[in-house]
Amino acid sequence: MSIETAVWQDGTAQAPGQPLLEVVDLVVRYGRGRKAAAAPAAVDGVSFSIRPGETVGLVGESGSGKSTIGKAILGLQKSSGGSVRYDGTDITHAGPARRRELGGELRAVFQDPNSSLNPRQTIGASLAEPLRTRGVAAREARQRAEDMLARVGLPREAVDRYPGQFSGGQRQRIAVARALICEPKLVVCDEAVSALDLSTQAQVLNLLADLRDERGLSYLFIAHDISVVQFLAQRVVVLYRGQVMESGPAASVTESPRHPFTQALVAASPVPRPAEQAERRQKREALGVRTASAATAAPGGCPFSQRCPLATDLCRSERPALRTVGASDVACHYV
Amino acid sequence: MIPSIAPVPATAPANAENADKETDTDAAGVGAGAGAATAAAPAATGTGRGPRAAFGGLFAPRMSSRRLFASPGAAAGIIWLAALVAASLTAPWWLPYKTEDQDFTAILSGPTAAHWLGTDELGRDLLSRIFAAAAGTLGTSLITVIVGVGLGTILAMVAAAGERTEGVISRVTEVMMSLPGTVIILAVIGAVGTNIPVIMAILGVLISAGIYRVMLGQATSLQSQLYVDAAKVDGVSTLAISLRHVLPGLSNTIVVQSALIFAVGMLIQAGLAFIGFGPPIPQPSWGGMIQGASQHVYDAPWLMVPTGAVLALTVLAANAIGNALGKAPNAAASHLPSAADRRRRTAASASAAASASAAAPETPAAPGRLSVRGLSVGVDGGTPLVTDVSFDVEQGTVLGLVGESGCGKTMTALSLLGLLPSGVSVTGGQILWDGRNLAGATETAMAGVRGRGIALISQEPMRALDPMFTVGYQLVSAIRRLRKTGKAQARAEALSLLEKVGIVDAGRILTTYPHQISGGMAQRVAIALALAGRPRLLVADEPTTALDVTVQAEILSLLRTLVKDTGMSVVMVTHDLGVVADICDTVAVMYAGQVVESGRTANILDNPRHPYTLALLAADPHANTAADMPERLATISGQVPQPKDWPAGCRFMARCQFAGSACVAPVPLVPSGSDDGVVRCVKADELAVEGLEWVATEVPARRVPDVRSADSTVSTSSAVEKDRA
Repeated sequence: MSIETAVWQDGTAQAPGQPLLEVVDLVVRYGRGRKAAAAPAAVDGVSFSIRPGETVGLVGESGSGKSTIGKAILGLQKSSGGSVRYDGTDITHAGPARRRELGGELRAVFQDPNSSLNPRQTIGASLAEPLRTRGVAAREARQRAEDMLARVGLPREAVDRYPGQFSGGQRQRIAVARALICEPKLVVCDEAVSALDLSTQAQVLNLLADLRDERGLSYLFIAHDISVVQFLAQRVVVLYRGQVMESGPAASVTESPRHPFTQALVAASPVPRPAEQAERRQKREALGVRTASAATAAPGGCPFSQRCPLATDLCRSERPALRTVGASDVACHYV
Repeated sequence: MIPSIAPVPATAPANAENADKETDTDAAGVGAGAGAATAAAPAATGTGRGPRAAFGGLFAPRMSSRRLFASPGAAAGIIWLAALVAASLTAPWWLPYKTEDQDFTAILSGPTAAHWLGTDELGRDLLSRIFAAAAGTLGTSLITVIVGVGLGTILAMVAAAGERTEGVISRVTEVMMSLPGTVIILAVIGAVGTNIPVIMAILGVLISAGIYRVMLGQATSLQSQLYVDAAKVDGVSTLAISLRHVLPGLSNTIVVQSALIFAVGMLIQAGLAFIGFGPPIPQPSWGGMIQGASQHVYDAPWLMVPTGAVLALTVLAANAIGNALGKAPNAAASHLPSAADRRRRTAASASAAASASAAAPETPAAPGRLSVRGLSVGVDGGTPLVTDVSFDVEQGTVLGLVGESGCGKTMTALSLLGLLPSGVSVTGGQILWDGRNLAGATETAMAGVRGRGIALISQEPMRALDPMFTVGYQLVSAIRRLRKTGKAQARAEALSLLEKVGIVDAGRILTTYPHQISGGMAQRVAIALALAGRPRLLVADEPTTALDVTVQAEILSLLRTLVKDTGMSVVMVTHDLGVVADICDTVAVMYAGQVVESGRTANILDNPRHPYTLALLAADPHANTAADMPERLATISGQVPQPKDWPAGCRFMARCQFAGSACVAPVPLVPSGSDDGVVRCVKADELAVEGLEWVATEVPARRVPDVRSADSTVSTSSAVEKDRA
């Protein structure tokens, strides 16, 4: 596990302060029994940390385990190994009472605006729920709900309406309001803008950025779109099949990726400029990354070895450790 | 054997896992509320992408009462039950005779003035006995309902909350269901005598096992909803989650099951009374009366009628109520039009198209060119969804139809194939293909075009493939149907098609089922299916949206190769401008049912003329590199207008940063000055000349100094003073 130094956008290095959230060697396996133990883990030894006020982006494709990590941090998924430390204390196996305490500081915005709000509860009830659980009086809870709605750009009267009367983008803003109503310190955004149209996505991203700047929040921003992460995050962690491939400052990971997978990911994101896109396409094809096949890699090797153009027998047999290369940490034998 | 009642419950809330995108429109339909038929879930949920948005009905949980009174059977059932309950509760006040009053002068008589429904073998008045028995019967059946449905629901909620408890409870209920119910009831009767409330309660316990199975699926689905996750993050206890979030979702099923179990309870009670296990002798019971009547069925047949009729009507009433509530709402249009719809529609659109073609000039159809002229699509009898769309697709080129949710791009694409959903049809314009106007074509003609001339690939590859059949079976049957070849030849053809779409171990894939392959591979198979008929035009409806970005890049490469090798044309519907830049030769940008700009991709994306295109590019994070990523993305204020709110003038005016007084008049498409491009904006030339840009209007808030970089000055937003004419 390498010591992570923070590098802010202006290039100055900051001394590592007390991280707000620390994930150490997290392992999550689905299912029980011998068969589950033999199957590859959904999350296999992932470590990263988030400082107060910092946004860390977790990027990966489907099956990379990024959502699982978010759920494990929130206590929605049991972890099978490793630890999650929040503000210094270990919360990996926190019981319901501890989770309730944490629920005020560690909040979440989920992906699907359709099902993240109970369609049978009014917006006010959904927003007030986290406050009422913490013993806030009904009238004050309602007042705070109205204030929060106004802050996210919705009318105060929305408090008495049902989710079905709002569009997807508006519902996502209500979800953001619910996440922030308790004055949290860390918000896990699990693909919070993936299900939104381009212009709506821009509005919600702006909102998230505004609220972060206003309140000094930290975000764990989980996404599959590296450009969206680039907008919001200072550091990016790239995952593949449950393992960290590369992690470092957002600018260097996205502009000059070192790991072959990150390079493939960045190269595959199309840009809306035809001439440039044609060049990128040629470069991507020149990378020579193979198609993903259904078969999983042999345990013990690098999970990307099946598709990597640089793969050798060493890659297939020995899992590469994270090493610092330039500004980021890379898990590869050959960079 | 205790019948296990399991009608189709109001189906579980749709889990909108497929990332359907939405704009900021007032959702015409509701999200995952209970009752949305899962097959048509995206249809019912007014999510923007696709044909369902414009007219998905507004569904509220309260609709169950509306459904109840809409069905005549259920309405009659409610009236009957209400009357029966009222009559039996007020029985002491109006019954003409006591139940035990024996009138030996009128034994086994039919209906007379003195005895409205006749008398039985001991001269007792049937009317009085029936209604005296009613209260008891209804009441004790209610016990069965409360115990059965209540216990079943509680067990289901407890089981849904935990996996291990679910295992235990499921095994126990399975044992319960395998026990012979009748024997147990008889044993209970042997133990406690004919104590009807207790017997009905035991019956309820036995039935609860079946109710549990029905509820479990729904409760589990509700537990896996994101709002339950959010409640867990809030720290809400498991019990509170079950009561507040899961139970309301089960309410519809509970009501349906209650009605049906009520009917079952009454029948079983009557049955027990028939075989002699009814209430003790002086008390009348329907089953006992029927048993008595059965002994006189030859000499006094009327005796059976009153009691039998009342029992039958009550059971039917309960069933009718249960059925009416249990039907999934029909509000949302189905995904595909029914055959009857298609026939009806082609007749209507043929006449519309005929009048349109009379007016429009005929473009000589070049071989392989698709010409769409002035296409209009709308909901039958009202709102237009697409107005006056025109574009050409030359052989071997790719046209992109790009826009956000609600712009009508999917409707336009589906109309090319005659696959508009029920209730939507082509209201004008022409689709010229192969020397014919497809807009007015008959269903038979379209069937000849689909697959052979024009093929379709959709967004969700997993839904394009039938999960019940292997990939090979589906591919081979498609090839045989479209090319009329034998089985062996079709199989060889299938193998070569799979190889053509880049699947390496084609032989193995032919034997797999769709759920065994990944999304990217499934999309390749879907493309192979589309190619089975050797089409000359492929309509691709957001084919890569649901795929990972690396897989998307591969699929786009595949499509490009296919276009180059086979000379096929493609109409690519997408919302992603990057995809457009990658693969499309020409592009048509759509907004609110209109084409606002079209032309060569390079011209449109490098030098956009329409403010909406400018705005989309400014809002797209992909358009920026890390170095020049703005503090805040440019956004478009307001929301896409609903079709019913479309103004006569420019539909983008309300949200446009450059709007002026000239924009209130209807705006025609004018040449944009570059190649064959057209643009629908009165200010296009002005914008081009002055080089105006869509600006970000949201200023970053005051920053927390210690978090940001050393210079914590608030950056000025790029608020440029624009002149508003």
